Amino acid sequence: MIELMQEQDTYSAVFARMETETLDGGPEALLSLRKDAMQHFEELGFPTTKDEQWLYTNVSAIAKTTFCPATRPDVAVDAATLERESFAGCGFHRLVFVNGFFASELSDTTELDDKVTVISLTDALKQQPDTVMAHLAQYADYKTHAFAALNTAFMEDGAFIHVPKGVVVDKPIQLLFITVPNNETSNEPIVVHPRVLIITGESSQVTVLESYVGLGEQVYFTNAVTEIALGENAVIDHYKVQRESTKAYHIATMQLNQQRASNGASHVTSLGGDIVRNNINVVLDGEGCNCNLSGLYIPRGKQHVDNHLLVDHAKAHCDSREFFKGILDDDAHAVFTGKIIVRKDAQKTDGKQTNRNLLLSDSARVDTNPQLEIFANDVKCTHGATIGQLDDDALFYLKTRGIETEAARSLLIYAFASEILDEIKIEAVREQVNNILLDRLPQGDRFRGFKGLQ
Amino acid sequence: MPRSFKNEKDPWIQMLEIKNLHACVEDNEILKGVNLTIKAGEVHSIMGPNGSGKSTLAQVLAGRDTYEVTQGEILFKGKNILDMEPNERACEGMFLAFQYPVEIPGVGTAYFLRAALNAVRKHRGQEELDAADFLEYVKDKMSVVDMDAKLLQRSVNEGFSGGEKKRSEIFQMAVLEPSMAILDETDSGLDIDALKIVADGVNSMRNPERSFLVITHYQRLLNYIVPDYVHVLIDGRIVRSGGKELALELEEKGYSHINAPMAGSTA
Repeated sequence: MIELMQEQDTYSAVFARMETETLDGGPEALLSLRKDAMQHFEELGFPTTKDEQWLYTNVSAIAKTTFCPATRPDVAVDAATLERESFAGCGFHRLVFVNGFFASELSDTTELDDKVTVISLTDALKQQPDTVMAHLAQYADYKTHAFAALNTAFMEDGAFIHVPKGVVVDKPIQLLFITVPNNETSNEPIVVHPRVLIITGESSQVTVLESYVGLGEQVYFTNAVTEIALGENAVIDHYKVQRESTKAYHIATMQLNQQRASNGASHVTSLGGDIVRNNINVVLDGEGCNCNLSGLYIPRGKQHVDNHLLVDHAKAHCDSREFFKGILDDDAHAVFTGKIIVRKDAQKTDGKQTNRNLLLSDSARVDTNPQLEIFANDVKCTHGATIGQLDDDALFYLKTRGIETEAARSLLIYAFASEILDEIKIEAVREQVNNILLDRLPQGDRFRGFKGLQ
Repeated sequence: MPRSFKNEKDPWIQMLEIKNLHACVEDNEILKGVNLTIKAGEVHSIMGPNGSGKSTLAQVLAGRDTYEVTQGEILFKGKNILDMEPNERACEGMFLAFQYPVEIPGVGTAYFLRAALNAVRKHRGQEELDAADFLEYVKDKMSVVDMDAKLLQRSVNEGFSGGEKKRSEIFQMAVLEPSMAILDETDSGLDIDALKIVADGVNSMRNPERSFLVITHYQRLLNYIVPDYVHVLIDGRIVRSGGKELALELEEKGYSHINAPMAGSTA
């Protein structure tokens, strides 16, 4: 406990120092928000494994490390990296952030419809403070979630996306978060608190991709919060591809609030990071909503990946689906918690949770925990979880047809993943994840170019 | 009845020699000294009651590692195959049509079969086929068992009916062109139309260089695939061998009739 107090004190001291310098830009209300969030963080402290929500994920390594706030880096991101990471040629609109700071010279929103706003959060606070402040921190709960509180107190920059009523954004909007060492001579661990706010109007439609990339193998901490206010009858497809350094910590909260008849989808691919936690919270706050959450995690070595989902069916006639798959090797550890709450008035709810895990080694571990909390009486909810190894019968069958062991194993692993890859509707992104998966499979090259192995 | 061979100079005239084969699973001995020799071009049938070791024999021949071979040897075309992986045996020309074909979700049948064919072709020193050449190649083979081309687009065996699964096994056999095919209860559960299709497929592939070991529970199949020899497997041993008329005798009198006189002589 004493130790924990000290850990919070580090952030408190930094906050006190930064409060009068870097953090007091923007509207007055923002500084009050930061102070309030900081106060809540001080009260909450870092979660421990005694906390029911953090039973299987120990963040003491994050709490114990002294991270210094990122500064605008003097290390340039080279053209080849940018081209690779921004899907050059696909025409995505993009904002690029390096160590949390908006890099306008690397960003490109020139092809964007005039009606759509895609700007940095800092710019948004200057240009339309009232709109931003009406939504910022209204969805992601910093009063009970320590990491969200920490982000809210310290957020430097991030993205602001506003899609007005009836507008359909043609191409995906990519938010590319690149982390590089603080400067060329220092390997001091840094912390970045990216913040994303997405507001969409009635009957609008947009696809947003958040890419997290660590260049190099340094220790750092990404503590991200994304808030999405999805308008009535609006559609959002949200993707996250997380490829942090394998020594990095990545804690992210995605809060999606859906209005009547809206259609929200989120797909999270977790590839990098040492300790990874994806909090995905959805409130279905109007009738007739559809929510589709999916994800793939492929930890190896000593990676730890925790997907923590909460879908709150607040209104009737909503459908939600959670579909997560994991492939674990070496000493990797994965956690899946999928909770569906069905409120008293949320009749005719249809909720489905599925979590499937494939263990490739004896020392890999999965804790899976589907939960249903139902207060309505006319609902349909199902959940299912599996943890298994490669099917011996299937392996033998393939081998009796002449396919050698390694190829047969790869084929089965790839087949297991392909179902979830199909959930990624942006072809270039699916291809990217597909290629990373193939790189990791023995003889993965054999399957390159085959779509769904058909 | 022994048939006369045109290929007597063929060094593989002894296609398969099983000598005193003992196999167990978890200390439980299932095969207790099986002896069987199959020459090139012959069709042998193994019949026997449930639990006699028929499927174990098929799996051991294909190389399933859940069974431990404790004694004896298996020579395939003169080579001892006991140390070979299942895929190596397949490349040498062994094929097992499964009693219960395995469903493999996410793996397309066309992809799977092309990977299999190319592994075998590579081993034979033949050129690997690309997707287009492969489709051309399988077109003929599909007609062997009247397979619907749509099955190629589906995951391996997933959602196939019982009859489709068995037909797919014979189709795979036609594609891979093995020299020794083991059919493990390929007839079980088939209606008469499907049975005829499967039997026709097998018969169309009979030739002097290819041998079959047809494992069945029911004499009915042998009306359509007429074997050269019939063996009766009981309690892990072949207790009687004969021509195709032996199957009829079994049908009429049952296994207990066969077992009784042999008990003394095999003890």
